[in-house]
Amino acid sequence: MSDYQHEVKELERTSATAARLFDVRRIIGGLFVVYGVIVTIAGLTASDADLKKAEGININLWTGLGMLALGLFFLGWL
Amino acid sequence: MYQLAEGLRLSTNWLDYSILAIYFVVVLGIGFAARRSVKTSLDFFLSGRSLPAWVTGLAFVAANLGATEILGMAANGAQYGAYTVHWYWIGAIPAMVFLGLVMMPFYYGSKVRSVPEFLLHRFGPSSHLLSSLIFAVSSVLIAGVNLYAMAIVLEALLGWPQWVAIVVAGFFVLGYITLGGLSSAIYNEVLQFFVILAALIPLTIVGLKRVGGWDGLTDSLTGKGGAQGSHGSQGENFLSAWDGTGIGEANALGANWLTIVLGLGFVLSFGYWTTNFAEVQRALSAKNLSAAKRTPLIAAFPKILIPMVVIVPGLIALVMEPTLGKEGSGLQYNDAIPVLMRDLLPNGVLGIAVTGLLAAFMAGMAANVSSFNTVFTNDIWAAYVKKDRADAYYLATGRWVTAVGVILGMGTAFIASSFSNIMNYLQTLFSFFNVPLFCVFIIGMFWKRSTGPAGFWGLLSGTLAAMLNYFWLYKQHVIDIPSDQGANFVSAIVAFVVGAVVMLVVTLVTKPKPVEQLAGLVYGTKSPGLEEAPAEGDDAWYRKPALLGWGAVVLAALCYIPFSL
Repeated sequence: MSDYQHEVKELERTSATAARLFDVRRIIGGLFVVYGVIVTIAGLTASDADLKKAEGININLWTGLGMLALGLFFLGWL
Repeated sequence: MYQLAEGLRLSTNWLDYSILAIYFVVVLGIGFAARRSVKTSLDFFLSGRSLPAWVTGLAFVAANLGATEILGMAANGAQYGAYTVHWYWIGAIPAMVFLGLVMMPFYYGSKVRSVPEFLLHRFGPSSHLLSSLIFAVSSVLIAGVNLYAMAIVLEALLGWPQWVAIVVAGFFVLGYITLGGLSSAIYNEVLQFFVILAALIPLTIVGLKRVGGWDGLTDSLTGKGGAQGSHGSQGENFLSAWDGTGIGEANALGANWLTIVLGLGFVLSFGYWTTNFAEVQRALSAKNLSAAKRTPLIAAFPKILIPMVVIVPGLIALVMEPTLGKEGSGLQYNDAIPVLMRDLLPNGVLGIAVTGLLAAFMAGMAANVSSFNTVFTNDIWAAYVKKDRADAYYLATGRWVTAVGVILGMGTAFIASSFSNIMNYLQTLFSFFNVPLFCVFIIGMFWKRSTGPAGFWGLLSGTLAAMLNYFWLYKQHVIDIPSDQGANFVSAIVAFVVGAVVMLVVTLVTKPKPVEQLAGLVYGTKSPGLEEAPAEGDDAWYRKPALLGWGAVVLAALCYIPFSL
């Protein structure tokens, strides 16, 4: 092994990332649950103008539920 | 370049701004939370080589899914139609698979910390320094171009003054990378990947409903499938990937099948995906060789499907606003996605879309900044300026370099806002650097006789040849190529051929490195003592790199079928 490879190996040994870095699934799950709730509520209270703009689809409701499901999936996967 | 029209102002309200504000809080929160995991310089620059493959894989695709890419590919969709799929299925997938299956064992297995560092061990300091300098300068300038593009979009959509957008986004990126290093950048990229999908999928669904589904869209654009004798607005080749690309045939792209396959599919795409450190860095932060190999392979699958939510909105925008990109309409092709956001999304989802766009801009910039600080600190500062200091010194330097890089990028953005044409040239210029780099890598990896001087002169001559072809032969009309895109493809082929020939000639007249110094760096050799035992569970069939890689290639080929019949 050459010098730089020893150096990298040594750094890998003292690295703190594996032990101390939090799991990103927590963040994705948390943010998508919050967004999912906000957007679902916007869908439940959608005005006629909102519905008309999105071609009659209650896009807030469906997107919100989708994001909520994804968020719960990530939290459940932990 | 990104001149957005007046009249694109979105009707955002408090709900949309709350969604955006939450995102900003989370972005910084990730930076603070990742801070305690940074103990060594390796943690800061490469996440301690410890991340799982699904995280690095999604970061790999997200680092490329910057907002300039999203808006630009939707624009290409509206301008060139189905030809745009070439940038994905032939212009990305084969190169990503090649990186994972063939090149990653050399990159990851040799324990180098950056793409230029590989050149140092394989060819020596001259090519190392040349490519490190080019990479450092181009990363900062590209980060600036990206910031400037963002400022224009935000000015048009939200009414923010340009300097506010540049300063706000710049400081958030600076904040979270200085705190948490690459881990923070990668985590934000993974998050951005999901937010951008949550923005683009509803946009595409509502858009398709508006134009009468896929059939309605095809009918409006090509006249096929509709009533007898109906004519589409764009001619019947518009939704075909290959019709009209015969050599000598005229088409909107200005390229033929040969330049598409060789120029885009081989040299440009392999140059970008296999030697651009902003991408490769994500794979180098994986926790073992198997995860590093799977990084670009896992990224390949979303990459195959992204055209559905990027090119399709471009086509929809063209049906909804037939004057898009026409002179006098005030709307450019780049406005395709903003137009759909304005016309189709109610508050709520609109906030998600704005957040996704902003997230994509910031992540695109962060990918440049986090690769810049690594190359500058390790490959320039530690290699040539201040050698052999303690690790803590280089960690601190990395943080300072991040700050300097972001501030230089912000400066570039301000300069760009007064000389936007110069920026167009710069982008074209930088697109040429990766091709000779790929040429040098591929020859260096497979031909152990190729020498150090050959690497340097191959790199330099290939780069100069591409510039000569583009700026002199094409721009001065010495040879006739119908479009900038076509000229790009040809320049890339020229760069590769010239670089390869120069390497061959120089190798034959110079002395090769002794074989024992090349262990682990060229094909057919292994670094002694670096073999890793396979990790638990990596022998599961769905984690086999060969299966993932060939699966992606087959899937990409199958995707061509509906656009080729």
